[in-house]
Amino acid sequence: MDALKRYFRSPAAVIGLILLLIVIAMAISAGWLYPRDPLSLAGRPLIWPFASPRFLLGTDNSGRDIAAQIFYGARISLLIGGVATAIAILIGILVGAFAGYYGGWVDNILMRITDAFQTLPNFVLLLVLVAVFGSTLTTVTIAVGIVSWPAPARLTRAEFLSLRNREFVQAGRTLGMRDVKIILGEILPNALPPVIVYASVVMAVAILLESALAFLRLSDPNVASWGNLIGLGRDVLRVQWYVSAIPGIAILATVLAVSLVGQGLNDALNPRLKSR
Amino acid sequence: MSDAILSLEHLSVRLPEGADRPYALSDVSLSIASNEILCVVGESGSGKSMMANAIMRLLPNEVRIEHGRMLFEDRDLCAADVAEMREVRGAGIAMIFQEPMTALNPLRTIGDQIGEMFSIHTELSNAEINARVLALLADVRIPDPKLAAKAYPHELSGGQRQRAMIAMALALDPKLLIADEPTTALDVTTQAQILKLIRDLQQRKQTAVLFITHDFGVVAEIADRVVVMQHGRIVEQGTAGEVLNQPTHPYTKQLIAAVPPLKAPPPRPLSSQNILTISNVSKTYRTGGFLGRGARITAAVRDASLELPKGATLGIVGESGSGKSTLARCIVRLIDPDTGSIVLNGKDWAKLSREEVRRETRHIQMVFQDPFASLNPRRKAAELVAQGPIVHGTPRATAIAEARKLFELVGLDPSAGDRYPHEFSGGQRQRIGLARALALKPEVLVADEPVSALDVSVQAQVLKLLADLRQRLGLSIIFITHDLRVAAQICDLVAVMKDGAVVEHGVAAEVFGNPQHPYTPALLDSIPGGEFAREHETVSM
Repeated sequence: MDALKRYFRSPAAVIGLILLLIVIAMAISAGWLYPRDPLSLAGRPLIWPFASPRFLLGTDNSGRDIAAQIFYGARISLLIGGVATAIAILIGILVGAFAGYYGGWVDNILMRITDAFQTLPNFVLLLVLVAVFGSTLTTVTIAVGIVSWPAPARLTRAEFLSLRNREFVQAGRTLGMRDVKIILGEILPNALPPVIVYASVVMAVAILLESALAFLRLSDPNVASWGNLIGLGRDVLRVQWYVSAIPGIAILATVLAVSLVGQGLNDALNPRLKSR
Repeated sequence: MSDAILSLEHLSVRLPEGADRPYALSDVSLSIASNEILCVVGESGSGKSMMANAIMRLLPNEVRIEHGRMLFEDRDLCAADVAEMREVRGAGIAMIFQEPMTALNPLRTIGDQIGEMFSIHTELSNAEINARVLALLADVRIPDPKLAAKAYPHELSGGQRQRAMIAMALALDPKLLIADEPTTALDVTTQAQILKLIRDLQQRKQTAVLFITHDFGVVAEIADRVVVMQHGRIVEQGTAGEVLNQPTHPYTKQLIAAVPPLKAPPPRPLSSQNILTISNVSKTYRTGGFLGRGARITAAVRDASLELPKGATLGIVGESGSGKSTLARCIVRLIDPDTGSIVLNGKDWAKLSREEVRRETRHIQMVFQDPFASLNPRRKAAELVAQGPIVHGTPRATAIAEARKLFELVGLDPSAGDRYPHEFSGGQRQRIGLARALALKPEVLVADEPVSALDVSVQAQVLKLLADLRQRLGLSIIFITHDLRVAAQICDLVAVMKDGAVVEHGVAAEVFGNPQHPYTPALLDSIPGGEFAREHETVSM
């Protein structure tokens, strides 16, 4: 309750939350506001924004409604951001928890695997995965999740290292608890706050990664995503710059919203750090 | 008083809203004359450290001095600006802290850090500074001053670090030295040496010392005059003799009565049957090294053999690093001993597999030292206590109901079960920890420094509770402590450990009254307060 009160005391965090709620509202209302397929041809190509009352944000090079694509794109961005983050955090927590709790050779093996993932640039690894497994929405989402887990794993491990020798963990062992119960029931709830905060960073990066992939036309072309729209707009960037700029602003706003919420959560969950 | 170095007049310090009380200090008036040691004594939260920080004007931002004056050399420190305070700190008033490891910069040598005092406040040349630093280190009787000046803080022992801190504080011959619990983090033998050093230096340099402590033993050892604080107010002040021997305020009387005397209670009859027999237990740690080369080998426990008769309390005493905590953890198998046997109820506990230990663990339970770290902050008190029985198959509802009964047994309100650990005081938390251990109905309880993190009055209550439970539940207890006074209170048998080995063990009165190993009397002699600790009247257990 206190954390919630602290959260709403920060104006930046509240703005972030409002922005995020707007994006979520866009995603929910897309089907209701634009019942037609956003990828179907709707009118003349390259109508400027506000030039036609039918196409508030104009149309792209093939005459598809940009506003509709932005609304449907919110769904894709949130879906990829959410699911990929969940995958990354889940793998990260499992790897980090076991490495941190057991230490020794378990830690060594798991951390060398993490190192292997971290030494490769995220985006290159993502390109490889997409090149091998194809670029449907599912594979892209999973691939983004798989390249993002090392950082949460390291964070979880660090938390576990400092918590595993606390007396309350030893007390759990003297009570006869199994390791899994100690890891999940005793240590994890205490290790979670920084990981949850970090999830916002992972989510922002996941959205950016998908957009970058789409910009290179390597993402799923059969869905309306912001990245796809930017990629399309590349061809007409010098004159009809708005085709790329509008989804760019949408991405900027979403990533900003997620980061502000994450920062707000961080300050709310670790009040002592903030006053320093 | 005319020759007062520092006098506080009606000083009040305001706490921010939402603190547990409006004022950290209210209407505090006292004065320190040159060449005297004034001890400020009180329990945690009494405002004694806040007073030291107020004098140095080192209060946190949200805490401010509301009114009053602090006169130091005809100057009111309350009104001094930042530049003036910089001149006063170090040169006029110096301070030493409780934990020398954190008060020193780990990346710079001791000599460098002491020399900094001169380079900031004086115009001395480097050569002169070096000479002064060495002289200071010799003054505080560090064994090899030249070597110590080149050492980094982690290369010195705790006692030597505190000596270096004192050298730094005395570098500019301050008029007043504020010592905030300077010996609390030290072992008892080191504490005795540091107290003697402070006393000697004070007499030689005629410095005034404001000595903050929670320990009446230390007060008896060092104080000229005493100020007793409670809830930010001074409740009593006077000469050491008056306050210690004829306390007038009920709070002072209560505090002094709670100090455990170093007198073993009359021995109780002991059962001839041993419930726990520890033979030849050893534990060695190896760290670092590659393929066995260059590894550091530490023998934490060496060949320890002890017996615990049924229903008795065995105290294991020793200084930090003596291996007493490692031995305790070997007994409950938090640590696996390398060799030796630990026989409990005819079963060799040291040879059991992890899975067997997990199942048998209800026979032997542990109480931990730190009441803040030993309870999971995210679980309610009743849940914490019920966890053990739930793990061993008791249905949740039954376990919670039993937990509430245990709350009553350890002197807590049964309705407190719905609260989280942070809503309890230190003493109450330790009671929860005790209830958690008792929930499995163990035959043997291993208590690792269960009272050393508690205030002295709370300490007395928890010890009383332990003695009472031992009687009612027929518990056998292994009681680990560094404080001989506490051991004398509760233990039937005492074992003294040094460098991982048990050097002496036997009936408490025998060990304290007629020690056989030379280390035991050395340990007994370093208990602060000497005669006071042995003789004073106390509440009976």
